[in-house]
Amino acid sequence: MSDAPQNWLEQAFSLMEQTPYLAGLKGELLEVSAERARARVPYGPHLIGDPDTGVVHGGVVSGLLDHTSGMAVMGRLRAPVPIATLDLRIDYMKPAVPGEAIIAEARCLKITHEIAFVRGVAFHRDPDDAIALCTAAFMLIRVGSPPLIHPARSD
Amino acid sequence: MDDPTALLEAIPYCRHLGVRAEVKDGVLTLIMPFARHLIGNVTLPALHGGVIGSLLETAAIAQLVWETRSVKLPKPVDIAIDYLRSGRALESFARARIAKQGRRVVNVHAEMWQEDESKPVAALRGHFLIAS
Repeated sequence: MSDAPQNWLEQAFSLMEQTPYLAGLKGELLEVSAERARARVPYGPHLIGDPDTGVVHGGVVSGLLDHTSGMAVMGRLRAPVPIATLDLRIDYMKPAVPGEAIIAEARCLKITHEIAFVRGVAFHRDPDDAIALCTAAFMLIRVGSPPLIHPARSD
Repeated sequence: MDDPTALLEAIPYCRHLGVRAEVKDGVLTLIMPFARHLIGNVTLPALHGGVIGSLLETAAIAQLVWETRSVKLPKPVDIAIDYLRSGRALESFARARIAKQGRRVVNVHAEMWQEDESKPVAALRGHFLIAS
């Protein structure tokens, strides 16, 4: 197998990490691979959605899941292609604990030349103890038709 | 809560996004001016999907608090967002309505648009738990 996909991902990684919205949250991208994407946002006063409890806004959790889901799609591509979120469904399982960092982890379960399907989870330490779950679909915005998708596992 | 503007000003994440409220003819509208830290795609440039979702969820919460005169903020149970158009580097607006109010759970619909209200950028459906 060619190692070209990994190369573009490595180059793109720093760019993806500099996404203004993620940078504004003071979040960081931890991993983008064919297997999964992970991102983390440390707790901060600017993220609070309920001043009485200090719990972060739901939009922080959904935004981090949206971002990580998109990155999971990127991890499956041979070359960078713009993608657009078609829809995003979030189940808020429990409030995030004030003071604790939130990690989002997403996997692209299926990708075609047009559409990608993703599942994601947000948590503090244990992915089985979810803050939120997400289901998302993305559209690949393609010009021309070069081979785009690289397999999740090549054995 | 009688003053949605004060509500949003009290929420740090809404200040971070720059969202403010406006009530005109008894209708609550949220306004979010464009800012660089709202971008998700630098080359287009386009608003981040997470920003659009955040604005819609905030519109739903603000509408709920305003209509139910609640002192506690409602908790989101689940939300589903359809992204209909790219969010451009422009001022954005959002409005929500209560589709069904139960005793504890409320179903809310919200829409976001930019230059033309008849061309929504995104739409949200969500369930929220209201404090009893």
